[in-house]
Amino acid sequence: MSDTTTDPPVTPESEGTDTVVADVVPAGYDDGQDHIGLVHHTSTGLSNTKLAMWLFLGSECLLFGGLISTYMLYRNRQGDALGPDQLWDIPFTSATSFVLLMSSLTMVLAVSAAKRKDERGTRLWLTVTALLGGLFLAGQVYEFTVFYREGLGYTTSLFSSSFYTLTGFHGVHVAVGIIMLLALVGMLAKGRIIGDKAETVEMVGLYWHFVDVVWIVIFTLVYLVPA
Amino acid sequence: MSSDTDLSTTTGGAAEAHEQDDLYHHEISDKNYIFIALFLAVLTAMEVAVTEISGVPEALLIPSLLVMMLIKFFIVVSYFMHLKHDSALFKFGFYVGLGGAIVLYSVMLTTFHFFIT
Repeated sequence: MSDTTTDPPVTPESEGTDTVVADVVPAGYDDGQDHIGLVHHTSTGLSNTKLAMWLFLGSECLLFGGLISTYMLYRNRQGDALGPDQLWDIPFTSATSFVLLMSSLTMVLAVSAAKRKDERGTRLWLTVTALLGGLFLAGQVYEFTVFYREGLGYTTSLFSSSFYTLTGFHGVHVAVGIIMLLALVGMLAKGRIIGDKAETVEMVGLYWHFVDVVWIVIFTLVYLVPA
Repeated sequence: MSSDTDLSTTTGGAAEAHEQDDLYHHEISDKNYIFIALFLAVLTAMEVAVTEISGVPEALLIPSLLVMMLIKFFIVVSYFMHLKHDSALFKFGFYVGLGGAIVLYSVMLTTFHFFIT
């Protein structure tokens, strides 16, 4: 055990847990309830929650890969119906993309605040992230409405089906992310988070950033690369 | 000492502790997060600008868009999601999924003659 760390009192409950924490905490770091970034008591020494989240995100790559590939195959299959070139409003979609990109910034600021144990800041940035996500979603609903009014229904062509399925799936992911963010804000306010609060915020953050990176790919491949 | 504790300290526990110690030294400040976000916004603006410039040949336009997309993708994953300085096991979990998707769907698109113009 390092000379610079203070030995915590060893009780029957803490034996085998706090002692390990004291072994790995660099001198000067907080040793409170939330052991941020410390070795977890698992066989890998890593957080199982975080590992599960990364594996889940890896599997999500396969889901979105399938949807993006299908869209790429069918993007020119509209026959006489409306095609991408007649529909896209690039300035509008760029603005909504910018909003989602900035929501990633506010999310990372929420994680940063959570690591500093600044609960008020965490709740503020999480709320701003949810609002930006809501703004992005509103933009997508508006875009879908415009396309539908112009005559692009879900079954109009292979292009329209693959486009709505891809962007719709992404929109559902954003909606789920917003629900998670708002639920997290509520749980933080009521003190209902059990265990490491910063890690919980980080898990929601990982999901949210993933939704953002998927949109980065969709924005370029669907909207910017010429059909 | 519990058996779990023994496991974490004897089977790679020291290595993980070193990795976690590294994490402390790679904390990015809020100011730097803002700079990263601004850089991403500039890249997005550049992507849109490149598509708006008329006369850019497709052979140049598409690779440049893909490069900018990949830069944005890996910046978000590396810095906002902290994967750059995180455990190799997390990287493995994510990149196996990502790499698997790229290989699988490249094969699928090739089968459907997507790359033949």
